[in-house]
Amino acid sequence: MSDLNKLTIAGARDALRKGEVTAVELTSACLTAIEGADALGAFVHKTPDVANDMAVAADARIKSGDAPAMCGIPLGIKDLFCTKGVASQAGSRILEGFKPQYESTVTSNLFGSGAVMLGKLNMDEFAMGSSNETSCYGNAINPWRRDGSDADLTPGGSSGGSASAVAADLCLAATGTDTGGSIRQPAAFTGIVGIKPTYGRVSRWGVVAFASSLDQAGPMTKTVRDSAIMLSAMSGHDAKDSTSADLAVPDFEAMLTGDIRGKKIGIPKEYRMDGTPAEIEKLWAAGADMLRDAGAEIVDISLPHTKYALPAYYVIAPAEASSNLARYDGVRYGHRATLDAGEGIDDMYEKSRAEGFGHEVQRRVMIGTYVLSAGFYDAYYNRARKVRTLIKKDFEDVFATGVDAILTPATPSAAFGIGEMTDADPIQMYLNDVFTVTVNLAGLPGVSVPAGLDAQGLPLGLQLIGKPWEEGELLNIAHTLETATGFVSKPAKWW
Amino acid sequence: MALDREDVKNIAQLARLELSDEDIGQYQTDLSNILELVEQMNAVNTDDVQPMAHPTDAVQRLRSDVVTETNQREKYMSNAPAQENGLFLVPKVID
Repeated sequence: MSDLNKLTIAGARDALRKGEVTAVELTSACLTAIEGADALGAFVHKTPDVANDMAVAADARIKSGDAPAMCGIPLGIKDLFCTKGVASQAGSRILEGFKPQYESTVTSNLFGSGAVMLGKLNMDEFAMGSSNETSCYGNAINPWRRDGSDADLTPGGSSGGSASAVAADLCLAATGTDTGGSIRQPAAFTGIVGIKPTYGRVSRWGVVAFASSLDQAGPMTKTVRDSAIMLSAMSGHDAKDSTSADLAVPDFEAMLTGDIRGKKIGIPKEYRMDGTPAEIEKLWAAGADMLRDAGAEIVDISLPHTKYALPAYYVIAPAEASSNLARYDGVRYGHRATLDAGEGIDDMYEKSRAEGFGHEVQRRVMIGTYVLSAGFYDAYYNRARKVRTLIKKDFEDVFATGVDAILTPATPSAAFGIGEMTDADPIQMYLNDVFTVTVNLAGLPGVSVPAGLDAQGLPLGLQLIGKPWEEGELLNIAHTLETATGFVSKPAKWW
Repeated sequence: MALDREDVKNIAQLARLELSDEDIGQYQTDLSNILELVEQMNAVNTDDVQPMAHPTDAVQRLRSDVVTETNQREKYMSNAPAQENGLFLVPKVID
């Protein structure tokens, strides 16, 4: 078999079980692809030795007949996950040189099922960003380019390295995390599939915290089937995360029947926003038609508080981040500034944090500090939490009318150029998440599915939002949409 | 709400961030713009609405009060920027 790095998880799993290929061969193909792709800036810590050892162990396991679905599958791991003995920096200078002494639950689950780690993937610093441009490692680059242009585009963010690596076939799949759209937006920008599970489905233990009531990890894959397989392997109750749900994990792949007859799909009118390109409106309507053709009922719905989601998010996420990032003090781990004679412990905190955190992180820590400070707590933080209650209720009301899932665009545009947004004021960047943050605030599952190309040849995605704990049904609808769109385009290799 | 330079300095002090004079001006603009975005939510009537803490309605889980971790001091100190005799070193705190 050739081009083993281009396989899907499902394809590789079947080939491994039939003995047509070995995990060592798969891993070697991916490592070769990674070596030739430095221009993409996707992998920031490569672990070829670890990968080879894990692949040898996976082959032995497959031979012995004990091969879970992920056994022998080479993956990229977002830098936000703590991986034992392997650099885990969350894309930040403040964690330079940090090597965790333990393994995150998600990577532990994946490696326990035999998956192979190829290395760590680029991301926005502490997952704060929508273009991967806040990373201390430098930019990750989108393998897609506009037709006839050689301008570098962003892969989106914060899971930009993950998206770039999967789209460029450097790995079979990757882990991502999503606090406001950080799996779904980069997936849409790179023509791949990404799902943010229901809050509590996947353990947050060992994932560097950004905003704890919003953060969820999830798979970023080439197909919906692969997301189903990988999500089953990542999920599960974890006593070490007090918000982890004590629920059985279904076999999500077995739920991909392709039968969505009688399902009710809602189209929320509030997601028709000014300035959305006509191409995206058209794609959205086409997606609805495809689901109708597959036997679903399309209904107009209203989520009245949608426009307040982004304002509430930019209180709640920074507030939680300012608390979570208080731990970076230069004492126990991470960067410590060099002090001048006579400088004390406060100087050490202030200098270490100023040197270690980039501007976007500092902005959010300061906003969070402000909205939590005495005198402003009720006006900002408590009000935002009340708005959050109303946003969640909007979804509950819609689901109570029998709606099974909601179809929306994934992003307000296709991938943009490196530097195009960073020169503008930060709000322009924040608007990227306008279709995705509602899902995090309400704790719901959401999946981004590639649905077509724009006039310049760039991928566009549609988002499906599901009911809590109904990832299986959601993935089945996504699978049906994926089949109907017939999206198979890949970026032309330039790197 | 538009912040002035003193506001930004106070926030930075609370957040333990050292800012240069140039940074203060930039953050004054950026943070004021973000607060302007945030204040759009003031249009929502939130009377009698319960503030939401978490997306799930789960209650705090308790575990048995037993020791589950062994002492791994050396491991956990291996990432420390400065240490001596198994203790973290910091600048002098008390004169």
